[in-house]
Amino acid sequence: MSLRIVVCVKYVPDATGDRHFAEDLTVDRDDVDGLLSELDEYAVEQALQIKEAADDAEITVLTVGPEDANDALRKALSMGADKAVHVEDDDLHGTDALGTSLVLAKAIEKTGYDLVVCGMASTDGTMGVLPALLAERLNVPQVTQLSEVSVADGKVTGRRDGDTATEQLEAALPAVVSVTDQSGEARYPSFKGIMAAKKKPVESLDLEDLEIEADEVGLEGAWTKVDGAAERPARTAGTIVKDEGEGGKQLAEFLAGQKFI
Amino acid sequence: MAEVLVYVDHVDGAVRKPTLELLTLARRIGEPVAVHLGANAEDAAKILGEHGAVKVLAADAPEFAEYLVAPKVDALQAAYDAVSPAAVLLPSSAEGKEIAARLALRIGSGIITDAVDVEAGDEGPVATQSVFAASYTTKSRITKGTPVITVKPNSAAPEAAPAAGTVEQLAVTVADSSKGTKIVSRTPRESTGRPDLTEAAIVVSGGRGVNGAENFPVIEALADSLGAAVGASRAAVDAGWYPHTNQVGQTGKSVSPQLYIAAGISGAIQHRAGMQTSKTIVAINKDEEAPIFDLVDYGVVGDLFDVVPTLTDEVKTRKG
Ligand SMILES: Cc1cc2nc3c(=O)[nH]c(=O)nc-3n(C[C@H](O)[C@H](O)[C@H](O)COP(=O)(O)OP(=O)(O)OC[C@H]3O[C@@H](n4cnc5c(N)ncnc54)[C@H](O)[C@@H]3O)c2cc1C
Ligand SMILES: Cc1cc2nc3c(=O)[nH]c(=O)nc-3n(C[C@H](O)[C@H](O)[C@H](O)COP(=O)(O)OP(=O)(O)OC[C@H]3O[C@@H](n4cnc5c(N)ncnc54)[C@H](O)[C@@H]3O)c2cc1C
Repeated sequence: MSLRIVVCVKYVPDATGDRHFAEDLTVDRDDVDGLLSELDEYAVEQALQIKEAADDAEITVLTVGPEDANDALRKALSMGADKAVHVEDDDLHGTDALGTSLVLAKAIEKTGYDLVVCGMASTDGTMGVLPALLAERLNVPQVTQLSEVSVADGKVTGRRDGDTATEQLEAALPAVVSVTDQSGEARYPSFKGIMAAKKKPVESLDLEDLEIEADEVGLEGAWTKVDGAAERPARTAGTIVKDEGEGGKQLAEFLAGQKFI
Repeated sequence: MAEVLVYVDHVDGAVRKPTLELLTLARRIGEPVAVHLGANAEDAAKILGEHGAVKVLAADAPEFAEYLVAPKVDALQAAYDAVSPAAVLLPSSAEGKEIAARLALRIGSGIITDAVDVEAGDEGPVATQSVFAASYTTKSRITKGTPVITVKPNSAAPEAAPAAGTVEQLAVTVADSSKGTKIVSRTPRESTGRPDLTEAAIVVSGGRGVNGAENFPVIEALADSLGAAVGASRAAVDAGWYPHTNQVGQTGKSVSPQLYIAAGISGAIQHRAGMQTSKTIVAINKDEEAPIFDLVDYGVVGDLFDVVPTLTDEVKTRKG
């Protein structure tokens, strides 16, 4: 039987651009170019490796996001995913973590899955909670923050490098996995991959398709509210010296002046 | 006064500093009740009481060590049901955030992660977050349910506030559905004897400019002279020069020490995301155009192999 893998990928504003908030205190997405969250490339890569190791597997990439989020799906398809699902609805604007997890969980159930693969965190919200929320909602094991992952005999195993220990984890499928940027470099799409991606199916779903009411998501339905966002004041220019033999001593002088020595 | 649940991060009853910071913040919004899961609650209770915990709800079950995260969510939920708190605070570790998220979902509450400050507000606790690689500061609150907030290390100074810290046993039933992810083995990290990276008052980090694992002792010697923790950029980690656990940045640790010294690090946005909130920033880099110099309080344009050893000697001499 085929192994059904769903990879959750987020479309995010480019972190190297100048990111801002819009008037309603949501992320200004018109302001900066968007792309597939770099940390989700690792999730796509691990899904591809799991597929390559399996007899028969199929990878669906799933995103919840605006029209442009299609770009993120295309990137994942050109890396080698088989098909895509795009949940798009005007009422999703401003959805928070709990709302996003609701939409993703419903879309995952509708698609059908044995394994869900996520990135460790998005590069914009950077909460790192969606995989745990999905496991809770889907009532399946969470095998998260993995630097190594493999699937065999209906089981997923992996290594989690925590703050105080390294753990070896194991769970039966179906399960939700998240992988870190230590899990292995993501491949570049080949020319052939890019051409093939153009023909791969992208299914579009809205809230009605997922039987979600508008007031369960979006800014209105959110469990959290941002009351203010202020740009961090630019640091006042520091002292910069050229080392002409005295640099180390001058620095020591500065640190002593600040009472660090 | 309303009670506030504080999830205790500890290693066998040795409470880690971020939990004491949480107790300080919790006292701004109510009376802290600590939740200690695992062994040696009595040891923990002493220091928790000294920092304001009126009560310590303790539970120990083999499942906490045998399965990932979910049994701890069951336990925290039991504490939540027992206390009906005004808020729940947890440390912003990977595990702390995952426990927080699942609890929030179960109790129908919103969640805020990575707060750098928490204050009382008219409509419940207000959390400050430092977002987009610390280029913005936001204020947020939770509008539905009981606020669940995770707080980054070094967000508050732990304050002594003697309280009873009475240990009460908490009855916990671990659901079968929480036993899905087995922890097959656990290898504790070896201690280097240096301060913990996220808790250290001073951090000295090395990057690609250190140019080899064999040169990292240059960075370590400076760190040791200052009693500092050692950090590394992802470039240094990816090259295998230093362990990943010491990586500072978006996908490594985020640090916010009194003093951060970056040697041979260019200052890419993902690195800055993890250190930009440091109080004083110093950089040593041979390229005067390196973006890290935009952040510094003091910068030295020069070869780190000249500057760092000289600095180390000076520190040692001055400290006597
Ligand atoms: C700066 C900032 C701060 C925020 N703070 C909060 C907060 O404190 N509380 C809150 O409730 N919301 C918050 N949000 C909103 C929240 O980021 C979004 O609701 C988001 O979609 C879920 O959180 P995340 O992006 O941090 O996901 P993470 O939990 O960091 O993402 C982990 C993984 O989940 C998957 N994933 C996440 N989002 C999607 C998606 N839309 N489509 C497909 N896969 C996805 C990806 O695999 C990703 O790698 C914040 C947003 C921003 C920009
Ligand atoms: C999704 C994602 C997540 C990431 N997460 C992180 C993260 O968590 N942490 C992180 O650090 N990076 C992270 N990165 C990588 C980041 O983009 C940079 O590549 C990385 O920080 C560069 O490390 P560096 O500054 O050490 O190296 P470089 O950028 O190569 O800089 C080396 C610097 O050393 C200087 N130098 C060289 N020799 C000397 C000498 N002898 N004396 C003095 N100076 C010298 C050079 O002038 C240069 O400025 C991430 C990237 C991505 C895409």
